[in-house]
Order: sequence, then structure tokens, then C-alpha cells
Amino acid sequence: MATETAMRPRQEIKAQQSQQRKLEIIGIIAFVVLMAVVLPLLLSGFRLGLLGRFLSLAIVALGIDLIWGFTGLLSLGHGIFFALGGYAFAMFLQLNSMGEGQIPEFFGLYGVDTLPWLWGPFATLPFTLLAIFILPAIVAGLLGYLVFRNRIRGVYFSILTQAALVVFFNLFNGQQKWINGTNGLKTDTSVFFGQQVGSESMQMTFYLITVAVLVVMYLLCRWLTSGRFGRLLVAIRDDENRVRFSGYDPTGFKVLVFAVSGAIAGIAGALYTVQSGIVSPQFMDIAFSIEMVIWGAVGGRATLVGAILGALLVNWARALLSESFPEVWLFFQGALFLLVVTALPDGLVGWFRQQAPQQVRSLISKPEPLLTYPQIELDPDIQKERQEIGDRGA
Amino acid sequence: MAALPLSFLVAALVGLALERGVIRHLYGRPLETLLATWGVSLILRQFVRSVNWAMIVGLGLFCLLFFGGRWILQRQTQWEQTRRVAAPVILALSSAIALAAGILINQNGGTALSQPWFGARNVDVTAPGWLRGGLSLGTTLQFPYARLFIIVLTILCLIGVYWFLNGTAWGLRMRSVTQNRKMSACLGIPTDRVDALTFALGSGLAGIAGCAVTLLGSVGPNLGGNYIVDAFMVVVVGGVGKLVGSIVAALVIGSITYLLGSGTLALILPPAEALQPLVDFFTFFATTSMAKVMVFALIIAFLQWKPAGMFPQKGRSVEV
Repeated sequence: MATETAMRPRQEIKAQQSQQRKLEIIGIIAFVVLMAVVLPLLLSGFRLGLLGRFLSLAIVALGIDLIWGFTGLLSLGHGIFFALGGYAFAMFLQLNSMGEGQIPEFFGLYGVDTLPWLWGPFATLPFTLLAIFILPAIVAGLLGYLVFRNRIRGVYFSILTQAALVVFFNLFNGQQKWINGTNGLKTDTSVFFGQQVGSESMQMTFYLITVAVLVVMYLLCRWLTSGRFGRLLVAIRDDENRVRFSGYDPTGFKVLVFAVSGAIAGIAGALYTVQSGIVSPQFMDIAFSIEMVIWGAVGGRATLVGAILGALLVNWARALLSESFPEVWLFFQGALFLLVVTALPDGLVGWFRQQAPQQVRSLISKPEPLLTYPQIELDPDIQKERQEIGDRGA
Repeated sequence: MAALPLSFLVAALVGLALERGVIRHLYGRPLETLLATWGVSLILRQFVRSVNWAMIVGLGLFCLLFFGGRWILQRQTQWEQTRRVAAPVILALSSAIALAAGILINQNGGTALSQPWFGARNVDVTAPGWLRGGLSLGTTLQFPYARLFIIVLTILCLIGVYWFLNGTAWGLRMRSVTQNRKMSACLGIPTDRVDALTFALGSGLAGIAGCAVTLLGSVGPNLGGNYIVDAFMVVVVGGVGKLVGSIVAALVIGSITYLLGSGTLALILPPAEALQPLVDFFTFFATTSMAKVMVFALIIAFLQWKPAGMFPQKGRSVEV
């Protein structure tokens, strides 16, 4: 009997979980149908191109959510990994559209006549596809290891990632003989599988690939954060010292999750590059990397769905606002930072899940009774008691 | 000359308002504070670019309506019950009225009212006459007065801050709050006011620094951005909570950046064949941007050896 009552909640929890899983699968399928079938029919080519770019930015937001929302590491340097992925793919595309023995045109401007050794491996597709996510992962892992090993955390970690961002920006910006410096690498006219990257059919292919990659990355992050590993990440976020005292070494986990996040950003960067037609050191702008963080915060930290939603919403708002009122955008963005931090700490998804039902109800129906009233005369309970006592007294 | 105390005062006041308005609610959440201050800096940057009379009138109107409306309603006894509905309504109403007024003035008020005060372009500052020219030593050496003035100003600021922290009652309170906030509160130190004062003082110092920087180049809304990372690097390397650390780290980082960036190291090496790779190495890093790359690598290497900076704060607490 006792076991049966103990079993029952567990079964209920399991039933609830499987129901949630069903809902999630339905949601994912609906998302894919909307993005891959419905919207391409509705939107013009230009808008669809924008949406494709925003979807690849949503992939970065997923990576940010993994490290900030779940592990509590605020990285202000994700532009590095984003740009690394973009550069890796752009280098391959440049080489791919050259004939045997030719080198990209811009080298001529700086008097370079042999291909730098750095470019060599990027001539093959398999290496490039690996490099798009392994290269950023290695950089992130190395940086993470050197920082986390010394128990540098919190704001100091954020500042160090930002400094690393500035350093990489300078490195890419200054090295014109290697990667065309501030002009960046163009991908529009290069050839991929016999077609021009800028052509409409190729852009459509990249758009569909982006949708697919976004879903795969979502599932990956979901898998990473749902099991024991995910619990450990949350534990590191909430009380790292206690994790350490419990016998875990957080360093390895933090390095791993930072590297995974960097890899995700790298893939996103490659997809963004082919859809925007250029990769340049501007990808490593300080403001851009901070914006990535705000996407996750607007949608809701540690929710994954929120990261995607936030990235899409904020970028869409930006596209609309800066088309009509370019001056307002910065005000809007600044206000967004303040709002998210002070009034909506859980983001849209968190607000929707926790407070929205209650707040909407309180707006429609009459306000709930206060726990303490400013004046005794206003408290209905006391009035009632007084009346009763008064009645009895009389 | 009046610009210096004035810039200190204005920056300190803005800092105070920022602390009271936003930062105060975020203590204990440093990462959120970082984001919030970035948001404020975005707003301020755009504000400087596009501020004009119409905007000022709109802002004034908004403050008047919003805070005035709240003040009037708070007199009413029903405030606590109506607050939930009334606060958003006042906010929406006053912002709508202020926005409408601002736009109306902007469109109908003529150029005098809709002209931005500063604009987005950088402004060149001409130094006062006594700061132009330089101090000549011999025939080849010349020290520009402007740079000397900045050095003297820095030393004065340092002495001032040192005296404030170690010689005044508020400095003592500040140090005690840094070391142990809860204990200080128990002993009757108004930690709230200490926080506000600290923030105002820090902002004021930044204001003086901004004033000094105008002597080196032109001034624009994006001026501060170039210095953020360097300033934080100095704090990370020097160690938190130690004035000495900041001084030493700033001097060391600045000197190394200059030595690398100007290519001096490649020049002073003896012209031996064996050292040629080293010379090539230093010439590769002999630009301002590449020097930053090298300095960052050095900082990361340094932190492997001393994770808490040059002068770490001593204590037994787990949290650094």
C-alpha cells in the first residue's frame, strides 16, 4: 500500500514528462514546417535572406544560453568563434572557385604571389567542414582552460573574453597579407558545388540548411542540459564552491561547455557568412558580441527556446526600426538592456511560464486582497471581527 | 581650467544618478550590472549624438508628468490599491504626451530647436595657450606641456584618492565595506551611502580622465569605448582593491605596449646573426594593434603565475 502511494507521483511525473516531450516534438515539427515551408512561400527573397541570417544568429544564441543561462559564464567574446567559423568557410569558398595554382585576387594588392601556408588545408571540403567547428572549439577550449584553471570567474572572465575579442579583432584587422585585413573575404561570387553562392537557389539551400542545423543544435543543447551533465552545469552556476567541495572539479566541465559553445558559434558564423556574402573583422565588434548575450536574456536564460525566440525578435525589431528610424535603434537597444536586467530577469519565456498567468488574471479580475492594509479601517477581516465583537457586546 | 572640477562634478552626478536609479537594484549580480551599464552607455552615446531642445523639453515634460502624477496620487489614500493599475497608466500617458510634444516641437519649432547640440562628429579641442608648446631640454628633447600636465594631474588624483581612502572617515568606511559588507553594516556604517559615494567618486575620476584625454585628440561620443578594455586589464593585472596594483599595472602595461608597438626592442638588440629570428619576431609585433595581441598573451601568461593579480588582497574568504 505504502509503496503504491509512493509510486504514484513518480508515475504521474513520468506521464507528465512524456506529455511534455510530445508537446516539444510537435512544437519542433511546427517550427520546421513554418520556417521551411510556409515562410519561404510568404516572404520575399530579401526578407527570407534576412530571416536566414537571423536564424543563424539564433544558433549563436543557443550556444550563449548554454554557457550563460546554464553554467553562469558570461562570455563577451563569442564574436571570435563566430568569425573563425565564417573565415574558415570563406577561405574554402575562395579557394574552391579558383583554378589549379591560382590564388585569390586580393593577394595581388599586397604583393603576395604564393598562397600562405595557413590557407593550404582549407582547399579541401572535409577539412573545412571540420575546421568550422573544431577550430573555434580549440580556441575556446584553450582560452577557457587557461582562465578557469586559475579559478578566474565572474566579471573577470567576461572582461578577459572581451579583451580576447579585441585582440583577435586587431589580429585579423592588421594582417592584410594573410586574410585581406579590414576588407574581409567576399563569398558572393565564389562557387560551391558548381553554383554561385550568391545565386537564389544556393541561398535557398543555405536557408534550409540553417533551419536544419538550428534544430539539430537545439536538440544537442537539450540533450546536454537535460541529464546529469546539465544538472552539474546548473550546480556550477548556482554554487561553484559547493560543487568543488562535493568532489567535482568544475574546471573540466567549464572548459568543455565553453568549447561546445564556441563550436556552435563557429557553425553559426559559417552559415551567416554565406548568407550575408562577406566575412570581415566587423564580426568581432565589441558591441556585436554583447548583443548576442542580450538575445539570450530577452528570450529567457536557461530556456533554450528563449534564446532562439530572443535572437529572432530582437533582430527583427532591429531590422524594422533601423529601416524607418535609425536614430531610435540605439535608444531602443539600451532600454532593452535595462529592461531585461531589471524588470524581466527571466526573459520573455520565463515571464510567460511563471508570472504571466497571474498578472493577466489580476488585470482582468479585481485585485487580490493585500496581506497588510495601510489602515485598519480598510481591512475587511478586522472590520468583520469588530462588527462581530460589537454585536456581541450589544 | 574650470573644466576639470566641472567635469568631475558632472560625471559624479551622472554616476550618482545611475547608481541610485539602476545599479542599486543589481548589487550581488555583477554580470547583470555589466550588461545594464552597457545599456546605459548605449543610451548616453545616442543621447549625446541627437540631443536637442525638443528632446530636452520632452524629457522634462515626462519627468514632470510622471513623478508629479505619482506624487499627487500618493497623497490619496487609495494609492496602495490602485497602484497596480495606476502606475502603468501614468507611465504610458506621460510618455505618450512627452513623445508627442517632443515630435511636435521637432517638426514645427524650426532649426533652432531641432538642431542637435553636439552631433555625431568628433570635436577637436584646442588646448589653452599655456598648455601649447613644450619644455625643451637640450636641442633634441622636448616635452609637450599637455603631456606633462596630464602626468601632474594623474599624480594629483592619485594623492587625492590615497588621502581620501586612508585619511578620511568616509575612506575608512569605504575600505571596511569593501572588506566585509555585512560586518560593516552591523557596526553602523551606512553601506547604502558608501556605495553611492564610491560610485560617484569613481565616475568623477573617469570624468577627469576624459577631460585630460581631450588634450590628446578629438572628442566624440565613442571616445570612452577605446579605453574600457585597457582599464579593466589594468585592474585584473594589478589586483582588485589595491591602489598600488593599479598604478604599477598601468605603468607596466603601458610601457610594454609602447616598447613592443614602436619596435624599440628590435632596434636595441645587438645585430648578431643568431638573434635574427628574435628581431623578426619583434618587428612582426611592431604595430600598435599587434602589440595589443602580444600584451594580451603576456597578461594571460602572467595570470597563470599570479591568478589574483600583482597585489592580491589577503584574506581567508573563498570568494575572491
